[in-house]
Amino acid sequence: MSILVDEHTKLLVQGITGREGLFHTARMIEHGTNVVAGVTPLKGGEWVLGGKVPVFDTVKSAVETTGANASVIFVPSRFSADAILEAADAGISLIVCITEGIPVQDMMKVRRYLDQMGVRLVGPNCPGLLTPGAAKVGIIPGDITGPGNIGVVSRSGTLTYEVLLALKQNEMGVSTCVGIGGDPINGTSFVDTLELFEADPLTEKVVLIGEIGGTDEERAAEYIRDNMTKQVVAFIAGKTAPPGKRMGHAGAIVEGGEGTAEDKIKALAAAGVMTADRPEEIPELLK
Amino acid sequence: MKLHEYQTKLLFAEHGIPIPSGQMTMNAAEAKSIAEELGGKVIVKSQVLVGGRGKAGGIRLADTPEEAEDIATQILGMKIKDLPVRKVLIDEAVDIRTEIYLGITNDRTRRCPVMMASSEGGVEIEEVAKTHPEKIVRVGIDPLLGLRDYQARYLAASTEMPHEHWRDFMSITKGLYQSFMQTDATMAEINPLVITADERLLAVDGKMVLDDNGLFRHPELAEMRDRDEEAPDEREARKYGLSYVKLDGEIGCMVNGAGLAMATMDVINLYGGSPANFLDIGGGASADKVAAAIQIILRDPNVKAILFNIFGGITRGDEVARGILSALKKTPSDLPMVVRLVGTNAEEGRLLLANADMETAISLADAAKKAIAAAGAGEGS
Repeated sequence: MSILVDEHTKLLVQGITGREGLFHTARMIEHGTNVVAGVTPLKGGEWVLGGKVPVFDTVKSAVETTGANASVIFVPSRFSADAILEAADAGISLIVCITEGIPVQDMMKVRRYLDQMGVRLVGPNCPGLLTPGAAKVGIIPGDITGPGNIGVVSRSGTLTYEVLLALKQNEMGVSTCVGIGGDPINGTSFVDTLELFEADPLTEKVVLIGEIGGTDEERAAEYIRDNMTKQVVAFIAGKTAPPGKRMGHAGAIVEGGEGTAEDKIKALAAAGVMTADRPEEIPELLK
Repeated sequence: MKLHEYQTKLLFAEHGIPIPSGQMTMNAAEAKSIAEELGGKVIVKSQVLVGGRGKAGGIRLADTPEEAEDIATQILGMKIKDLPVRKVLIDEAVDIRTEIYLGITNDRTRRCPVMMASSEGGVEIEEVAKTHPEKIVRVGIDPLLGLRDYQARYLAASTEMPHEHWRDFMSITKGLYQSFMQTDATMAEINPLVITADERLLAVDGKMVLDDNGLFRHPELAEMRDRDEEAPDEREARKYGLSYVKLDGEIGCMVNGAGLAMATMDVINLYGGSPANFLDIGGGASADKVAAAIQIILRDPNVKAILFNIFGGITRGDEVARGILSALKKTPSDLPMVVRLVGTNAEEGRLLLANADMETAISLADAAKKAIAAAGAGEGS
């Protein structure tokens, strides 16, 4: 078991003929993911990766022909909102958007529309999902982790890899790793992911990797306090970040005194969650 | 991207929001002729992208055109929070009876724009939020439906303004909402929105912040960026697509990924060091980009050691190593350097750097400790 993606995932790649799309599709297939189709407007009818994956002009035609049930998006930021809406409209129930740099107002409208349709979005500005050994949807390197019983959820990319590697070096495997992304407005939140991990029989413990900005970690702390039976440990990046400055991620900013690492660590501690001082310390806290 | 007050008010005016008559200038003699044209008293306002202009003496009233010229001369020679004043706005002075706050921003938790009004105008809204939170009224706006009339009426009621101003106020809320949405703004505020002695509503001061990610839709707004107000290093970083924030420590950091870059700073701090900067080279960074990043770090005179922390994914270790070597060829440096490469093509990267004079580290903790030791050693010599 795992959450969100497994061997039943039939994946569609939007932006498959681009440099990133093509490179990562090959990696996803290597990891055993069932990539059934790609979409690039005006390139319908072509095949990529040595004839392995058919390309369609629209998500609708790709879904009708291949039965794809999940989509991963690699299209440039100015076209991403449209790509997400197209996937939702074609009946895809899980959309993972890797792209960084989508305007906030686009995301507000997209999120509002998806909520009405009951479609799940992961990201944007995220590394995607990885259920080691079963399916990889996105760009998380497959070789720095293995199957196991620890759920990982994170707002970050390479910082997550750091934690995955530390877990691997301590012979700890992962049920599913979920990158929820570094944007101020995203699809799936910490709480959404914690609910899934709590319900997943294979996940025994959870690692939450947060950062400054917003209050998603505080809400996660409330959820953990009231609803979680499984152990959760955390790392929060940005203790030394100055207020009012955007630290790389669009969402990583302390504004009007809100979103500090200190507040998040305090809220998590009140919910019984231990926070590591450095990412490499996470495996010790899980022991 | 922050806009100046004069730029903000011109955008407001395009959306039907009444603003005082006035004009921006960069020289004092012109300030005088603008004041002459306006006739009567004027207000001379420094245009810098920081708060607290009034307290710093950067906003002053002038009774005559001659006085406007004098004051403009003084203000144009000032620095406000280290920023030299290069521009002043000369506005007609108005007789203010009531000051209201009206603003709009994106609410992350509610995932929609939120418009706020308060009867406590003229002071910073963060201050009102602390002292009189009950005096701020917020309405969440469905981005698919837009601002509705009843919401604007609700805001009008909350400010306790007389009924005869409601129609004008509602039109201003609509104008503010449009100027916010149509520019991909993340914040727009009128503070104060005043009712004058002659019963006019006027946006006397305004602020706007635009979403950098939305600027591709607005080339005309991107042109409005005031490059003089950016720190040269941050401007250079933006040109190469790097995220850079200068701090005041001693250890220069170059990292791929925002979360890992913050974590690297935190770990340096944990072991008693101090980071000189946040620098995220992003995913898939090329050798050129890496070289530009190193140049930026080397220009900071406080830097005593450099720490490279690269976790390869999209970014390849060998590409980063090439960037480091090419930058050091162009700008040789005696600074001690610690490099940690993990992930995609890390081995190839380490081989490339084998002949360079650099310390290598396995873990993040190890890298931080070595960089701190190196920075300290440099200090003693």
